[in-house]
Amino acid sequence: MRREAPQKFTDYGPLFFPAGMLIVFFVVPFATMIAVSFFRRDPSGFYTPDFVFDNYARFLSLFFGKVLGFSLFLAVTVAICCVVLAVPFTYLLSRAKRRTQVLWLVALLSILSLSEVIIGFAWSTLFSRTAGITNLLVMLDIMNEAVALNPSFGAVLTAMTYQALPYTVLVLYPALVRLDPTLTEAARTLGASPIKSFFTVVVPALRNTIVATLIMVFIFALGSYLLPQILGRPQHWTLSVLITDQAIYQSNMPFAAAMAVFLVLVTLGLVALTVIAGRKGEAA
Amino acid sequence: MSGLTLQNIVKQFGQFTAVKNVELTVPHGTFVCLLGPSGCGKTTLMRMVAGLDLPTSGAIKLDGKDITNVPTHKRDLGMVFQSLALFPHLTVGENIAYSLRIRGVGKEEQKKRVDELLAMIHLTGYADRPVAKLSGGQRQRVAIARALAISPKLFLLDEPLSALDAKLREAMQVELRQLQQRLGITTIVVTHDQREAMTMADTVVVMNSGEIRQAAAPVEIYRRPADTFVADFIGMTNLIDFNADGSGANVLGASVPGLAIPAGLKSGIISVRPEDVHLTAPGNAPITGTVTFVRDLGGTIETFVEAGGKQVVAVSMPNARPDVTVGQSVGLQLNPADCVVLKS
Repeated sequence: MRREAPQKFTDYGPLFFPAGMLIVFFVVPFATMIAVSFFRRDPSGFYTPDFVFDNYARFLSLFFGKVLGFSLFLAVTVAICCVVLAVPFTYLLSRAKRRTQVLWLVALLSILSLSEVIIGFAWSTLFSRTAGITNLLVMLDIMNEAVALNPSFGAVLTAMTYQALPYTVLVLYPALVRLDPTLTEAARTLGASPIKSFFTVVVPALRNTIVATLIMVFIFALGSYLLPQILGRPQHWTLSVLITDQAIYQSNMPFAAAMAVFLVLVTLGLVALTVIAGRKGEAA
Repeated sequence: MSGLTLQNIVKQFGQFTAVKNVELTVPHGTFVCLLGPSGCGKTTLMRMVAGLDLPTSGAIKLDGKDITNVPTHKRDLGMVFQSLALFPHLTVGENIAYSLRIRGVGKEEQKKRVDELLAMIHLTGYADRPVAKLSGGQRQRVAIARALAISPKLFLLDEPLSALDAKLREAMQVELRQLQQRLGITTIVVTHDQREAMTMADTVVVMNSGEIRQAAAPVEIYRRPADTFVADFIGMTNLIDFNADGSGANVLGASVPGLAIPAGLKSGIISVRPEDVHLTAPGNAPITGTVTFVRDLGGTIETFVEAGGKQVVAVSMPNARPDVTVGQSVGLQLNPADCVVLKS
């Protein structure tokens, strides 16, 4: 069916509402943030309108470079962990009985209802020396004495993966349910073991979905600022933590805005690179 | 012995028995069609041969070796699925080469075999096309080529032609049969289409509610059905009650001489194909009836006759067009040799 291009101004009518919402809730705040990032900080008050590059210049230091690098590394690691765990899990879930599927999905959805603060403190208790999971291992004679597992990079990674995993599963689930189950059966009749058929048929057939999920979890993890503070040492703090710190505790709105804008630009760049690389891979 | 042997195969899904005590021997190089209405267990039986389902009890033997518990990927099969199940992320050539790649065959050899198979299915030069760009018939051929890439011991096809339109389906049936004869490969096809089964098979296995009702050559199935289900399922037939009283049989209110009724059988059913019911002038035949409808299809003429409270259909060819009209009284001539006596 060929659709006719809109002729009159009123033909664009259905777009007015979403366009309005986007302008009010996205374009205006983002433009404000960009504008503020060029303002001058007023140490005695808030900021004064201006057009200076000081905020960006200050950001271009080894310290912030390292934080940015760590933030990206953490987000990429969380995304990879989530996808590596979620793809096989969701695949098995999609092949399970209807009842089992519903129970798991309800459980996963209930994780989404937990706030980041609760997740953070729950994990910090689980990783603590006095009440943590190492006590269980001591009871089972696997370890000699209980140790504290946080603050550490592992603790931050675990909690962030835990938080992002339900989203990952929910994004992968529809694609895996739609995947024709006879594809893996066909692979098996052609001589592939079940594991081989998973890696040669299921994963490649879901390539685009997996890439999209990686990007989604990556962006989701990039915004996390509570878990690194609760479960990590200062060197595990992400750029989001520093942005919060500057904006709320140091009252340095222009610098916080500059960092946020920079983070958005880097993120967009990385996503664009991934998409381009994905297209190239498809053409090959 | 060489070939496939199924011994007392039973498959239960919970309380439901999908396949009941199936015994079947498929000699090496033969073409067998599993034919039956939907839900008769034919697909389940094939899935057990493929190893995709495990039988609840019984044994499956291939060339004398018990393969009942051998996993699918070690059975050296080729299977064509109803949905075809071509891998959407691979090209035509990669799809066909999949089983070779999995077995670690070298790239050069893979390419050689793919070209060979593409030539066999008349799709030379299609190796680099994406599967999505092919027509239904072409995909069908690719699925067949993919299944045959390793020269499997068994070639299984589950309703392979059901997605094609009628004309293409008939052409593919002939092509598939010729291919099978050229390769001499043991082949099992699941179908609900009796024309398909009659066209292709050496042996037609008629199944109903999990049981094999008859396994025989197509003509035998048609001419000598084993029971009323087979007689009714394969082609058109007239199933007529009869009573026997030692001397002869009473059919449709008249005595038909010459029917070979097994001793002791007091009543039963005779199956007589419509083309074996001959219309004559009333009085020239033992059975008399009234014409109720004439369906002239050009190629054949079906005459519906009511006799003894039952409806009987007679089919005639155009060169023997019966000169009858609705309401006319006619005689029905049945040749005893054409009648199959069945238990009711």
